[in-house]
Amino acid sequence: MSEKIIVTENLVKRFPVGDGEFTALNDINLSFKKGEFSGIVGPSGSGKTTLLNILGSLDSPTDGTATVMGHRISSLSHKEAAQLRNMHIGFIFQVYNLLPVYTVFENVEFALILQNRSTTERKKAVMEALEWVGLENMANKKPAKLSGGEGQRVAIARAMVKRPELVLADEPTANLDAKNAHAILQTMKKLNEELKTTFLFSTHDEKVMAYMNRLVHLEDGKVVKDEYVETKTI
Amino acid sequence: MKLAFHLAYKNLMGAGLRTWLNAGVLSFAFIVIIFYNGLIDGWNQQAKIDGINWEYGHGHLLNDKYDAYDAFSISDGHGALADSKQENLTPVLIQQGNLYPSGRMISIRIKGIDPNQELLHLPTHLLNESNAQIPVIIGKRMAESAKVKTGDDLLLRWRDKNGTYDATTVTIAGIFETNVPFVDGGQIWMSIDKLREMTLLKNRTTYFVANEHYEYADVPGWRFENQKYLMREQTKLINAKRVGGSILYIVLMTLGLLVIFDTQVLSIFRRQKEIGTYIALGMTRWQVVRMFTAEGGMYSVFATVLGAVYGIPILWYLSKIGISFGADGGEMGIIMAERMYPVYGIGLVLGTILVVVLSATIVSFLPARKIARMNPVEALKGKVS
Repeated sequence: MSEKIIVTENLVKRFPVGDGEFTALNDINLSFKKGEFSGIVGPSGSGKTTLLNILGSLDSPTDGTATVMGHRISSLSHKEAAQLRNMHIGFIFQVYNLLPVYTVFENVEFALILQNRSTTERKKAVMEALEWVGLENMANKKPAKLSGGEGQRVAIARAMVKRPELVLADEPTANLDAKNAHAILQTMKKLNEELKTTFLFSTHDEKVMAYMNRLVHLEDGKVVKDEYVETKTI
Repeated sequence: MKLAFHLAYKNLMGAGLRTWLNAGVLSFAFIVIIFYNGLIDGWNQQAKIDGINWEYGHGHLLNDKYDAYDAFSISDGHGALADSKQENLTPVLIQQGNLYPSGRMISIRIKGIDPNQELLHLPTHLLNESNAQIPVIIGKRMAESAKVKTGDDLLLRWRDKNGTYDATTVTIAGIFETNVPFVDGGQIWMSIDKLREMTLLKNRTTYFVANEHYEYADVPGWRFENQKYLMREQTKLINAKRVGGSILYIVLMTLGLLVIFDTQVLSIFRRQKEIGTYIALGMTRWQVVRMFTAEGGMYSVFATVLGAVYGIPILWYLSKIGISFGADGGEMGIIMAERMYPVYGIGLVLGTILVVVLSATIVSFLPARKIARMNPVEALKGKVS
């Protein structure tokens, strides 16, 4: 648990707004170790998603540095950033972002196709991922036929199937009812413990925070509190 | 690229009816292009065959003073050619005259040809088979305009080589039907020996029609015009038709390609979150561009398949029954059969497929380039304008 997987130093992100600029993140200094199950918490507009986007190499900092698994985000080319996401980072989105024309199996398989894995290897890994989330019987369904909870479980399977070192989950339970939210969180917690995958959430949901072992509080783009907390057991 | 095609295929198949509607529109353009070009090619081929069979043979050896486009050159545009030089040649003598059907006067060309010739499809054997004193054969258009039928006797007036008028009665021994107006309208055909005798133009010939064994060697006072040269006006006309037709298929292609372009623009706008997701999952922006381009290009492949399904039977059927335009090409002075039979060459089909696939790929790439400049974060939010 000692290897640092994410390090940010004096991280700043500003966006142009009209003639001026809006500072979304201001002097963020954080580090996350391998295997952490952490949450970036705060109200809407506090900069949670922006931080996650930078750590996921979808965006780059205006100032300061963000280093993810030894890769300095601001110095990565588009291709290198894509490679980092493809091989090492899994994303889980609030609205699942499943590809509508693909089946559950194909959605999960997608990340492995990008890695040029063989068909046999892909099939084995996808079925294993679907078993983790309890959807092995829904492999041939289209996303439109799934409930919200099932859709998010497919998204988890898609993020986990390539066994990434880091999973970034942006408000993963915001569209789910309490029962489904707990089921999803329990699944992710289980995967965190079994596979030692680092999970980093952005949330303002109390239910989610209860599962975290670390909470980083953001307000107006600044870290106001960084605490290790008692974790809810599965 | 394999990945782009794999994903594009899945996306298009997943899009269901929308994909097939787009492919349907494009396939229609595609079939019309093949049909129209096939029709022009069929016409070209038929005109060439008819021209050769009825008039051109394997070229003409013309008297230097004779110009087919100058009526004043007829009276003096003839000459005598040594028998030794006439091997593989069929002589034709042209003179001017007047025909008087039912009291009317029609200016005509009197053409004399060997009744035993077999080079041209003119039914000259009828001249031998007739018992009339001076039998002639005429084309269907000539018969219609003169309102005459087989067996009718007509007064013919002509001038001999000294300019003296003479007249006699000729009998219609047969009426032939041809697509070649140059051997039909405003002319009658009779035995060349008889015409030479009537005009006192012994051994004179206006032009010779060559057969396939004829080898041209320079003959003073005569010039040789090959098939290609003789067909030049018809070829020009067909090429003009081809250019005219290309306007039609440019319009159709533009419609088909606009559908693809529009679909792509809409698709990129509507699928922003999907594009963001592809990038988040590890695709590079150019991989996504390639995938969208492949999707557009693949419409043309689907259009080819769809076009083959309904187009092959339709095109095959039309090539068998032909198309009638209800127009007589002869009246317009062009070689045009009553029914035209489209001919679809492999070059035409493959060329059209290539043009459609390339055009569809290019118009798909144009809007897809926008993805390369897309901010994935904005795309994930669906906020790219």
